[in-house]
Order: sequence, then structure tokens, then C-alpha cells
Amino acid sequence: MNNYKLLGKNFTPPDVVAKVTGKAKYAEDFRVEGMVYARLLTSPMPHARIKRMDASEALAMPGVIGMLTADDLPPVTSPQKPTLTNEPHYVGEPILALAAESETLAQDALEKIKIEWEPLPFTVDPLESLYPGGANARTDGNVAFGRGFGNPPVIEETKWSARDFATVGEDQLPMGKAQAEWTYGDVEGNFARASYIIDETFVTAGTSHHCLEPRSALAYWQNGKCIVHGSSQSQSFTVPFLAGMIGIKPEDLVFIGEYCGGGFGSKGFAYTEMSIPAHLSKKINRPVMMRISRAEEFFVGAARPGFQGRVRLGFAENGRLLAANLHIVQDNGPDTGFNDYMSAAGALALVYTPEAMTFKGIPVSTNTPPRVPQRGPGQNQLACAIEPLLDKAAKHLGIDQVEIRTLNAPNNDTRYGPKQRGLTSAYMNEALEQGAMEFGWQEKKKLSGQRNGSKVMGIGVGQAYHSAGSSGFDGLVVLTPEGKLHIHTGVGNLGTYSHTATSRVAAEVLKCDWQSCVVVRGDSRKHLPWNLAQFGSNTSYTMTRTNYVAAMDAVNKLKEIAALDLGGTADDYDIGDEKVFAIAEPSRSLSYADAAQRAIDIGGKYSGQEAPDDLNAMTRASVAGLAGTGLIGVAKDNLASEGTPPAFAAGFVHIELDLETGGYEILDYVGAVDCGTVLHPMGLDQQIKGGAVMGFGMATKERHVYDPQNGLPAAVGIHDSKITTYLDLPLEMRTTAVDKADPMNPVGSRGIGEPVMGCAAAALLCAISDALDGHYFNRIPIVPDMIVNAASGREQSHGTLAVNTF
Amino acid sequence: MKPEVFTPLGSGGPAMSVSARVSRRNFIKGIIATGATVASGSMLGTLTGCSGETASTAGIAGTVERLITLNVNGKARRVDVLPQETLAMTLRYKLGLTGTKLGCDRGECGACTILIDDIPTYACSTLSHGVRGRQVTTIEGLQTANGDLHPVQQAFVAELGPQCGYCTPGQVMSAVGLLKANPSPTREEARRAMSGNLCRCGAYDNYLNSVMRAARMS
Repeated sequence: MNNYKLLGKNFTPPDVVAKVTGKAKYAEDFRVEGMVYARLLTSPMPHARIKRMDASEALAMPGVIGMLTADDLPPVTSPQKPTLTNEPHYVGEPILALAAESETLAQDALEKIKIEWEPLPFTVDPLESLYPGGANARTDGNVAFGRGFGNPPVIEETKWSARDFATVGEDQLPMGKAQAEWTYGDVEGNFARASYIIDETFVTAGTSHHCLEPRSALAYWQNGKCIVHGSSQSQSFTVPFLAGMIGIKPEDLVFIGEYCGGGFGSKGFAYTEMSIPAHLSKKINRPVMMRISRAEEFFVGAARPGFQGRVRLGFAENGRLLAANLHIVQDNGPDTGFNDYMSAAGALALVYTPEAMTFKGIPVSTNTPPRVPQRGPGQNQLACAIEPLLDKAAKHLGIDQVEIRTLNAPNNDTRYGPKQRGLTSAYMNEALEQGAMEFGWQEKKKLSGQRNGSKVMGIGVGQAYHSAGSSGFDGLVVLTPEGKLHIHTGVGNLGTYSHTATSRVAAEVLKCDWQSCVVVRGDSRKHLPWNLAQFGSNTSYTMTRTNYVAAMDAVNKLKEIAALDLGGTADDYDIGDEKVFAIAEPSRSLSYADAAQRAIDIGGKYSGQEAPDDLNAMTRASVAGLAGTGLIGVAKDNLASEGTPPAFAAGFVHIELDLETGGYEILDYVGAVDCGTVLHPMGLDQQIKGGAVMGFGMATKERHVYDPQNGLPAAVGIHDSKITTYLDLPLEMRTTAVDKADPMNPVGSRGIGEPVMGCAAAALLCAISDALDGHYFNRIPIVPDMIVNAASGREQSHGTLAVNTF
Repeated sequence: MKPEVFTPLGSGGPAMSVSARVSRRNFIKGIIATGATVASGSMLGTLTGCSGETASTAGIAGTVERLITLNVNGKARRVDVLPQETLAMTLRYKLGLTGTKLGCDRGECGACTILIDDIPTYACSTLSHGVRGRQVTTIEGLQTANGDLHPVQQAFVAELGPQCGYCTPGQVMSAVGLLKANPSPTREEARRAMSGNLCRCGAYDNYLNSVMRAARMS
């Protein structure tokens, strides 16, 4: 436990009342004088080229204002995702945008556009594309990958040989040439001394993000600036990237992202669709509102990559994981995609700490929606693939399921992976222990396999991990002459309230009453600091650090001003009760309000006329904009950060499964986490539960379905995708947190948003297998017909490696 | 399959009249009854009735607006409405009531839930012409004149119901409708009543806690 006044305590987030009253304005809620409406013409084919296009009839219609095509935009180098294209690589890819006085009119006009298409080869199955002579998703290749920040991605062609495919059976994943691979330790030696070896081929489905707010955007130009109302998880981090897409300098972009109706990774920062209204508005000189429909959101809203994988695990008699082999073929979508396959391998190395391991992976392009991060990208697929296999090993070796996890979990001394990196701190074991206690694991275990008519009980435990923090960003606070503390934050509002939970660190450091604090955010005109995006479970770690260093800078300046005015040196002073006072004689003091006024009078660094050299240009501009308004606390986070800050989550599920229908009911769920110091208990509780809700969908409901004949999708809507509803959950869910401070964070905090999904998905999969007395599917989602087939001993209707299938 | 229109459970509430229900069939029949020819665009896309409020839309087949009076949040609102216009579009684009969100615009998600004569209804699947003479209540109509939050809104704040907040107005309206029909639901009744409202953030448990708190408060 800690002695914080604010941290670890609940609070009413400043944006929640607007959310319950409908006053919160999302991108599509803004209106501008003279606004027109854009509609997208999207590709009807999985891969094709425009041979001829005639839009004359559409453009001649009264009320139609103009059109934007790929020819109006700078060309994009393959395999990067284009904003608009004349050679679409998936059904639903935007071809052009047309603006009209009304949206209906715009849509009517789109239908007057005549396009002659040249269909091109396509694929919706990565393995098929690796066959000798298999189709490539792109004309220039089938393996696309990034090469790190700032380097353009590349595209290559890779085909495996007939021998590669012939060396394994139909039910095993072959592995030919990989794009990424690494190894550490004596893998084969360790397998040789393993007493139990598992070798399984698995499939995880691609899944849509289905953010409830589609990525609608409004843009217009005014006095040389482009104003964009967009839906992004992030605020400051979105700006330079969106400006780049629009083709302007970051300082000429006004970005308003005060609210975001869900992102889950797909709105991490800027995305190409958000720039379309800006380009179109510039061309036609009218404000443009582009609403994205639910059906369009399925396509342009991107997806989680699916895996075709094979894993070999070698266990010692006592359950210790001695060796692991992981092979992944990733369904990488039509463009650069994302490196889920690499993260999955990293997660295996970190969560189960095998003594030796080999990884081989290859991302293969398909003509399906773009692949971007989705909550726990790679780590959560890995959890779904591996966790049930741990149970298989536990069962074989006669070890408790929690125990085999505890035995292999990392701790503070763990070095993991090929680089043998360390962790800032690690309490997965404590999370497992605490969760098991809260769940009543030992008691519930006795229920496992209990029959009641056609129904049978199952219990399961699952773990998941994501890295949970970064460093090196800027913090910015202002003490005003009115005695208020303005905490400027450049993070976004993806719905976790961490914009305020992390801002409270500044109030804590400055010992300010929370009533005296104002969180300033959501609009690039509000002088915001350069902060990292709200992705990768990083905010709680990264932005507690920035707010800490900014507040510390303010504390130092308060003391210096007091010394200047009241004598002595800065060290003679301390702060408290919103005053800076002499330690020896507390009545000798300056209120924050007076100190702020003095800062303005003195100027220089005290009120932002000068700023540290190491700040990001965005922060420097914000400081300049705030100069003279109060005492400015501003600093770059140069605090030490060694090792990976981890987020660990464990989930516990109790189900009753109906062997006749394949349906099940979740009777109980407990989520337990290690996220360092808990900043905001209610916010954390909400994340753990919400992640579980999404995880249950991943485990048993959601998937992409594609027709291999025509490359057409068959699960486009929310209804088809079967996202989790109220009725899919236990009546109540419970959560608990280890709450141990991380030494690399000034307040001990780390993030948690992503693994809380994977652990629940894994726990549910394990509970289903437990109810079926150890039948392991090696596939997600596990849908009812698969359960019925398993229960009745029938063959499954899908091939082992089939993807994008019902 | 989610219910198209939420049906309050709970025996304590008023029986819902058949005429108050809006089914997909009634929605389509409504379009036929108003004599509209649905613009071809709206057949392909899922977006209909987004008028640009300009003269240029007049003269296009089937897009003639008619001035009608709607009772919204206790006020008579005169508004020009297209025959095929949904209530969600009228509220959002003509009456400035953007608290009613569109998550799917096709009866899948419930983000646009409003009350019609106290019955929770999807505004994306309701024709504006069809609610003449009815009481329409939106999220903006819940606060008292002096700005006090409705007990359901207070409960949603106290329990930290929302995450991203996009589905929240719809969730609040479903909860208000439920508690009007059944002031003290069980948790099971509450979740069935709320099940027409999806939340991708998965804030269901917090929302249910909010509904149960609101039931205790009122």
C-alpha cells in the first residue's frame, strides 16, 4: 500500500458526465457552415485494376460538387497502404470519394460512375499463396513487412517448395523459408531431455475491431490551417502523421480528438481514411463530412491478423518448459500489415520462459481487410494457442493447471528471449495466486467434469502479457495566477480515463487539491505536450513519467521563486497546501497563485519564455503559446527505464457446457492483474472486465469468413461477427490487482489494457477443453458445432489448417 | 438474435401496445405508405435520408421534404422531413440533437436508442413521419430544467458505466425505459432488457451495476 492522496483512489473523470448526457461530441457530431457530404466508392473485387472510368454523368448531376481519386494524391510505394487506389487489394477498399450537397445525392451519383475492371489473381489463404504457383495478393509479391520506424516497408515474393509441403501431413503446418527467425539455447538438446513433448498445429481467426463509432471524419480549411475532427485513440501523436498524410506541416493542422468511440488498436493514431475529407475539402473548397457506414467500417476498419501456426513444447517431469519451437504463418492482409507474429514469439519467450526456443515466422499477403494492431496484437493469439496446451501438459504430468503456470512464469530476475532482456518487475505469480484465491480455484476444481443431464462443468485459467510502457516523452503543467493547476496532456481519449488517471500524478507531486486541477486535452490548439499514442498498454507507465517530471520541474521553480522573494535558497523550502513555504518557518510562504503571478513577472524559464532544449518541437511550441500565463512546469522524461515494463493478467472461468447444443454459460469470471501501482481502481476494474468481454468473443464467436471462390466476405456486420452481448456473460464479474509498485516508474505504475483480453479468452478456451475432459481444438473461435462434433466424436467440418471459414 | 426493438420484461410495467412496436416489416411498410420511392443510393449503401437541407435536393425523385411537427423532449419541433428519413437523421442533422449516436444505422447495435411514448426504440429504424403525435425522448431530454442529472445518468456516473462513451446515450435510454416499465428489475431482467444495446468496450457489468443502482435510487 502507498500513502498517496490521489493515486489509487477513485475519482469522477471530467469527461464522464458529457458521455451520459449526450453532450460529448464525437467526429460526426460537429457541423460547419457550408458542409457537404462525401461518400466512398469502394472496390467490389478482392484484387482488380481500373481499366476505364467514366464519372462524367455523376459529376454533371445537380448538387454534386466534386470528386477525389488516387490520381489527385501523391503516389504511394508498394506495399504501403494507399489512401485511394486504382488497383484495389481487397473488397471494400476506397477507390474514390465524391462530395455532394446531400449524402443520398452523393451515393446516387456514385452509382452513375462507370468503371471497367480488370480482375487480377487474389488469395484469401496465406498457405495457398505459399504453394508453388499459388496466387499473390499483390502483383509485386506476397510477403510484406516493415523494417522498423522510419524505414519504408518492403514486398517480396516467397514460394515454398512442393517438398516443404510434402514433408508434413495434411494436418500439420509446413515451414519453408521464413521472413523472421531467431533462436536461443540448446533447443534440440532440451527437447531430447524433455519427458513430455507436445507438437500441435493451430489456427487463430482474423477478427474485425468493430469499434462502435465508425471512422467518420469532418475536415475544412480556414486561414491556411486544416481543421480535422477525427476519431483517434490519440491526440498529440496523431498530429504529425495526419499532417503528413494531408501534405502539410504539423503546425498547420488543427486536430480535434476529444472523444473516440472505440479504437482497440485500429485508431492508434492517424489512418489514411481520416485524411480523405481534408484532401477533398481542399479540392472543392467546402467543408467535407465523410460518414463511414457500419459495412464500410468492416473493410476500412481493419482487422487482427489470423495465424496458421505450429508449436512444439518440451516439458520436464515437473512441468518446467525446457524447449519451444514456434512457427507462424500470418494472414497479413493487403498491405504492410503488422508484426503480430513477432510479438507472439516474444510473448511465448516471456510468459513461459522456455530455457531454449526457436521461432520462425512469415507474414503472407491476402486480399482481405488491412491488418493493424488489435488489443494484444500477437500476444493474445499466442495465449489462445498455448494456454490450452499447458493444460494438456499439466494433465499428462499430473500437475495442477495453476501450478504449471506458476512454475514457468517470469519473476523479477527473469531474462527472456533471444536478447535475454530483463523486466522492470514481474508479479504474474502473485496475480495467479490472488486470482485463484478470489475465484476459489481449489473448490471450483472439484466441480470440473460434474454432469447435470446434458450439461457438464468446466473450469479454466488463462494468462496473457503485453509490454506496458515507454519513455522519453514530454510533460507540461501550468500553475495559474488564479491558483489552478492546468495539466496539459497530449494523450487521447480511448475510453480508459487514463488521460486523467495519469494527470493526477502531477497533482499528487504538487500536493494540489484535485478541485484545483484542470485537465487540458483533446484539441491541438490547447497547447498540448508531445505524448505517445494511447496504444500498446503504455499510457499508465509513459505518461505518469511525463506528468511526474513536469510537476517536479514546477516544484523546483516554486522553491526557486520563494527563495528569490523570501530569502535563502531553494532547498530551504517545501510545498504543501498549495503553498511553497520555508521549512524552518512555515508561515513564511507564497501561495501557488502568488507564485504563479511572480513567475509571470520574472519571466524566462519560470513562465515559458525559455524552455529546455531537449523538448519535442510540439511541446516547445505549446510552451511558447502558454508563455506568460503562469508558472510553467515542463520537462522531457529522462528518467531511467531499464528492462521491459510488463503488463500481466490472469483470468479464471467457470462454465456449464451443454454437450447437446454446444452452447455454454459462463457462471463465474475473475480477472487478476499485475500492473504495478493501481492508479484508478474503478478504471482498472472496468478495463479488466471489458477486456474479458472482448476476449470471450475472440475465443468463441468472432471471425472473418471469406469465400475462396470469389474473395467475398461473409461476416461483415456486427450481427455476423457476433460481438459479445450482455447475455453472453456471467451475471457478475470480479477483479483483483496485485498492486505492487514497479521500481522503474516514479509512482510504480504500468499499463494493463491488452492482456486482460487474452487471459480471459485463454481461460474460456481452457474451461471448454476441461468440460470436454481434455479435448483440445487448437483453433479459435471454438463455435458450438465444433463442440457438438467433439462431444459426439464426429469429425470436424473444417480442415486443420483451413482459414477464413465457417 | 437480438430483439429488433427492446421489450421490457418485468410484469410490473405497463403492457406494451402492439402499435407501439416498430418491426422491420412496419419500417418497410412505413416507407411504402408515405409514397416514397427509395433513392437507389439508399438501396446500395446503408445510409439514407441525410439531407443537405438545401434546395438542390428538391426535385430528385422521392426526396421531397414535408414540414411536420414532432414532439421531442416535450417541445413541439417543426421540421422538414423526407419521406424515407429516419428519426436518427432528423434528430441528429435537423434538430441538432447529436446525443443520439449512430453505431450501425441498421438495427444491430442500439447506440441510437431513444424513447417513443416511453418505449425504447432504435431511432435508426424508425421513420420520422411515423412518430407524429408521439412523445419522443432523447438523451438530451433527461436532465431537469436546472441541469440536474436524471437518476439513471447519476447512477451511470457513480458506477463509472461508460468507457469510450459512444454507446452510452443508447444504454442510458434503454435503462430509463426499463425502469419506467419495471422500477425494480432483477439483475437478470435488467440484462435482458439492456441486451439490445451493444458495447464493444465491454462495459456491460458496469452498465448493469449502474441500472441496479438507479433502480435503488428511484
